Amino acid sequence: MTADTAYDIAIIGGGIMGCATALRVAAGGMSVIVLDQGDLGQGASGVNAGTLSLQIKRVKLMPYALKGHHLWAEMGDAVGFAKTGGYTLAFNAREAEMLHERQTLKTQAGAPIEFVSNNRLRAAEPNLTHKVEAASFCPEDGYANAALTGQYYRGRLRDAGIQYREGCKVTAIDRTNGFALTTPQGTIRAKRILLAAGAWLKPLAALLDVDLPVNARVNTVSVTERMPPLISSVIGHATGLLTMKQKVNGTVLIGGGWQGLGTPQDGRGTVNAQTVRPNLALAQYAVPALGAARVTRSWTGFEANVPDFYPLAGALPGVPDAFVLGCVRGGYTIGPYIGQLMGDAILGREPEMPLFDPGRDFEKDMI
Amino acid sequence: MDEHYDTAVIGAGPAGGNAALQAARRGLRVVLLDEQPAPGGQVWRAKSASIIAAPTTPESSAGDALRSALGASEVTLRASTRVWDIRRQAGAWTLQILRDNTSLEITARTLILATGAREYVQPVPGWTTPGVIGLAGATALFKHSLSLPGNRTVVSGTGPLVFYVASEIRRLGGTVAAIVTPNSRADWARAVPAMLGQPKLLARGAVWLADLMLARVPILWGHAVSDVLGTDHVTGVKTRNLRNSLTGTEFAADSLCLGHGLVPNIEAAQMLGVPIRHVASLGGWVPEAEPDGATNVEGLYLSGDGCGIRGAVAAGLQGTLTGARVARDLGKSAPTPSLRQWQRAARFGQAMTALSHPRPEVQALTTQDTIICRCESLRRGDITAEITTGAASANAVKSGLRAGMGPCGGKYCQTAIAGLIAAQMGKAIADVPPPTPRSPLRPLPLGQAVGDFDYDDLPIPKPAPL
Repeated sequence: MTADTAYDIAIIGGGIMGCATALRVAAGGMSVIVLDQGDLGQGASGVNAGTLSLQIKRVKLMPYALKGHHLWAEMGDAVGFAKTGGYTLAFNAREAEMLHERQTLKTQAGAPIEFVSNNRLRAAEPNLTHKVEAASFCPEDGYANAALTGQYYRGRLRDAGIQYREGCKVTAIDRTNGFALTTPQGTIRAKRILLAAGAWLKPLAALLDVDLPVNARVNTVSVTERMPPLISSVIGHATGLLTMKQKVNGTVLIGGGWQGLGTPQDGRGTVNAQTVRPNLALAQYAVPALGAARVTRSWTGFEANVPDFYPLAGALPGVPDAFVLGCVRGGYTIGPYIGQLMGDAILGREPEMPLFDPGRDFEKDMI
Repeated sequence: MDEHYDTAVIGAGPAGGNAALQAARRGLRVVLLDEQPAPGGQVWRAKSASIIAAPTTPESSAGDALRSALGASEVTLRASTRVWDIRRQAGAWTLQILRDNTSLEITARTLILATGAREYVQPVPGWTTPGVIGLAGATALFKHSLSLPGNRTVVSGTGPLVFYVASEIRRLGGTVAAIVTPNSRADWARAVPAMLGQPKLLARGAVWLADLMLARVPILWGHAVSDVLGTDHVTGVKTRNLRNSLTGTEFAADSLCLGHGLVPNIEAAQMLGVPIRHVASLGGWVPEAEPDGATNVEGLYLSGDGCGIRGAVAAGLQGTLTGARVARDLGKSAPTPSLRQWQRAARFGQAMTALSHPRPEVQALTTQDTIICRCESLRRGDITAEITTGAASANAVKSGLRAGMGPCGGKYCQTAIAGLIAAQMGKAIADVPPPTPRSPLRPLPLGQAVGDFDYDDLPIPKPAPL
């Protein structure tokens, strides 16, 4: 393709959602290019804790999460997928009540969640604390290895004959004749564009004079050195403030959405010792033997959201042939599936499940 | 415990020790933090109590002078202390430290990073065999406990350390089977003009060399160890002539000291937002700092080999410059010392760095099976395959393979991995930046970081929306 030829679509942002959409539209016959300001899958897609848990998904997103789980299972070893089942724990009466209320609604939404006795919990996970007030179990839960996202999608894009460019930040978008994207690697022309830049959606949409009310959470994840076997399933907390799993290599990954510092505009986020500490404390409270583990790394990732915490997935308001996909709570789990839906919409097909209008009124719960 | 200081100095080697002394002399409240039980750093390391009567060396004397000056000063010394997190908040630095198995917090208005350097060992086939230790690692054994690496040792690598290590082994009663150095005599001849500025150091080098020649220790110039022999333990080494690629002499030995120069410890500076650039003559990636240590980050100063390998003498002089700069910036009167002495010492140190830095011919001696990342047992073939399938940066190789995700955090393998990426992608090494450094600065015992807590006191935020 020469420099002057326009792609059918340029996808800005090479995370899970951008790459999944690229694969779908390419399968539908479109010519596609994927652009990323850094490396593919190095944003939230590559640095999240990798938890695939229906127990922590939003009730109204449950049908999407169930579909997402099947896609991760299909990706299998290439993304480090493991279906281990998961326990969510409550340590006092207040948390037990919250757990009961929340998991009941999620069960009604289609997640196969059951409440389990302490005896059953201890038999399954003998290294857990005995101070558990209540626990729920979901056999569908598990994890994948987020660090493998970039290399996985490089392979998928290459196999599908889709071009991608890394280190290719879009700094201006001209709309006089289709879209002309200014990048350090030259101007790239496309008939359509999809904005899939995660926490960087706001400055990206601003290039088109669109104000997307996107905020970023700065989620922290920590990992220990290799440990003897301690837990065999994904462990969560009733509040959602702990996710924990032990990988096959023995390292224990500890997350839960504790907030670091920094903004996407400043570049990288930084870990805040004041919030890492209670995150680690919660992990140690759940599995006391973790007290002897050494934490080798803690890091942050930016999780984008809009005020109603539902996705942006559809046409970009006021800009014909421009689309936006992002801000999906539970986006690691749901990303591969919602990318397919987005791709279908771009191809002019009716998606299997409804998308989420980016032009909605975010102050009203219309979803 | 809450402690507050005018300045906190991390690293009590020549740079950090002298920076602390100078700052305290100008009236600042100073805390000096170091992982080791006593100040001195790697080069001016203290002897263990068991060998306290051993003869002095220039390094032990310089270290003793620093230790006694610190002992007589107002500097608060926190030895056997690890810093695991540094944050700027409310116009001051907050440091999380580990001491006596407990995590504590100290604050300071300014921060001096004098984090020094680490050794680079270029992997060659067999380099992870027991019995192989680093050249700098060997000097730590000599200085701390007069221990020898083995009975019969091959000493190999670049720069002046090979000669120092070989002569120390002989002084302590060991046998040097051979010296194998990639440097040629011509490399050394080119370094002489810069060395003339430091006649004492030059003279010491001449003494080492004379001793080795008198003892008829074979010296293979322009050669490298191409294979370490032995399975459970080193039994010998094969060598190769780097100019014509011909096989050199094979030596029987029970130990090998191997090293290829020093790499600045830049991770803390990088994490705090100091830009880095690649300067081969300073040992690779270095943070940008003024000669007196000032940086673009408010209240942050860098000193010594952590901002470029210039050697212990230059580091000590730079420490004094940095201590004075911090004192002036905090409103104390302190002279603006001349840079000339530091520059002369730095010239010598940089000439040694130029002799030491990693060479592509040595890198080319690895095979597909040579271990590159020893924490994760990754071989060269694993890494080159990852690069072939699209991982074009140090971060991408790290994500895909866990290269550098083990306990060392990539400190030992990232130079070698960057070399492989550069070679395979046809890039300059300066276009392959190191992977993103991650907190904590040192592996952090989880229970110690957490300390005692009451579950009900944990600050649990509002749960996510349903």
